[in-house]
Amino acid sequence: MLDSLWEPLGYAFMQRALVAALLASVACAVVGTFVILRGMAFMGEAIGHSSLAGMAVAYFLGGNVFWGALAWAVPASLGITFISRRAKLRLDTAIGIIFAGGFALGIILMSQVNNYTADLFGLLFGNVLAASWGEAALTGGMALGVLAAVAAFYKELLFTAYDADMAAASGIPVRLVQYFLPVLVAVTTVVALKTVGIVLVLALLVTPPATATLLARRLPGIMAASVAVAVVSVVAGLYLSFYADLPTGPSIVMVATGFFLLALLFSPSKGVWRRLQRSPPTETAAAGSGADR
Amino acid sequence: MLDTAKLTGGHAIPTPDDGSPPVLEVRGLWAGYDHTPALQEINFQVAQGDIVGVIGPNGSGKSTLLKAILGLMPPWRGEVLLLGHAAASQQRRIGYMPQMERVDWDFPVTVDDVALMGRYARRGLLRRTTREDREAASAALDRVGMLPLRHRLIGELSGGQRRRALLARALANNPVLLLLDEPMAGLDATAQHQLLDIIADLQASGTTIVLCTHDLSCVSSCCVKALCLNRRQVAFGPPDAVLNETVLNETFGTHLLLVHGDGNAYAYGHHTHPDADHPHQTAASDGTEPSPRRK
Repeated sequence: MLDSLWEPLGYAFMQRALVAALLASVACAVVGTFVILRGMAFMGEAIGHSSLAGMAVAYFLGGNVFWGALAWAVPASLGITFISRRAKLRLDTAIGIIFAGGFALGIILMSQVNNYTADLFGLLFGNVLAASWGEAALTGGMALGVLAAVAAFYKELLFTAYDADMAAASGIPVRLVQYFLPVLVAVTTVVALKTVGIVLVLALLVTPPATATLLARRLPGIMAASVAVAVVSVVAGLYLSFYADLPTGPSIVMVATGFFLLALLFSPSKGVWRRLQRSPPTETAAAGSGADR
Repeated sequence: MLDTAKLTGGHAIPTPDDGSPPVLEVRGLWAGYDHTPALQEINFQVAQGDIVGVIGPNGSGKSTLLKAILGLMPPWRGEVLLLGHAAASQQRRIGYMPQMERVDWDFPVTVDDVALMGRYARRGLLRRTTREDREAASAALDRVGMLPLRHRLIGELSGGQRRRALLARALANNPVLLLLDEPMAGLDATAQHQLLDIIADLQASGTTIVLCTHDLSCVSSCCVKALCLNRRQVAFGPPDAVLNETVLNETFGTHLLLVHGDGNAYAYGHHTHPDADHPHQTAASDGTEPSPRRK
């Protein structure tokens, strides 16, 4: 039993995958908490998909797809924020345009490459088992940078996310923070691309924090629970992938999704199971939050 | 022009005799969104310890006025002074309680967390809050009677408790001026009285308050001055001098029936403003009110 736990760690590719995936998922878990609270999930999805364009350009020019994605994602996140603020477009409209446009451009560029399907598959769904030490270090370093940024500006991120008007009235540079958070989301998305790929980035960004909101009450607790869910999902997902010979990214996502469903059913405060036990329905309604007058 | 407005409407008020600047002075203020003015030529002064009630229909510029005082909206023309200094540079000395609908009540923060946010401005970027901040937040919670509920999530509070939590945040930084946007809206009688008691306590301790409201009885019972707004300043002065049928009809549009009783003025009937179909004075529980997210 213990042997089967240690055996995969003997392989260098598993070590690299574990480092890259763990750090990426922790960054996702922390930034993702703000993403779900501010309803920015669609933005994360769009940044991930549209950065296919940047990756394709880098791939085409023989450069590192990671830098290509970053060079695309950061301006895209700023662009989405800017368009929605200035052009009085709804945020989801601005996101939709950048999402589809970037993705289409990426597919067209990739279609000009010879082994189109195989390479595209790697970008879309991740291939963390193929990560080099250089890639693992780059991903890990960026993830640590994201975590440091959240720690440094936690107060400002929290206040602005909760009540932007009041934060502005208190002299917090709200506009700056409102551009900074999407940039953090963009960098985090890019960090996670190697692990889960463009299509599934959203899962790492949203599923662990969503699970955490069912398990903890206050923001710091939610972040901690989110990190715990992400770490366990990555480790379990990698082992599942190793032993069952399944694709890594989707395995990690499936484990995380499993945790979400368990939390949804058995959360001590908000679980479906607890609610069913609290019949009759009139009492269930009274136990709902905010109606205690 | 109305008789009562001659004293007050649209004209600068002379400064008090002792020569010290008033806590708040608004001079010839114009402000608005895009190219539509929401406020035109507003002039009034607030002395220390005064409570000013700003009344007017929806869209009359009440919230805009508070935002202009807070420096969230740059004035097109005119100026806002706090103790003689430009108010925009004095933001940290102003406490602000937003409208309930502007706040995300599903956000996972406790009453304690919210009160502590009132101290964030005091600590710059990269700084953590200190023990002094936590003590000030606790003191503010104590003032509004929310200390026993400090570990509750904001979403678990009743309407009155939510309001008091936001009030604690506004008080945590010991403001010179307190701005309250619709503090009474949607509260039942008990919660309204609780809040009025707190406001009276604050006034007694020398806090200056400007509050926006639809509730005329609140203005005539607890405010020292009333400011009647309808994009422009219809009248400003003591409630019993200002709150007459002519001024109110001009403020709210038509068809307002005014009843005097217990020395207070009560208004019945609804105004004809397009937003008038939002019920504002109902005493129904707002515990289940939706928490719309801001853009």
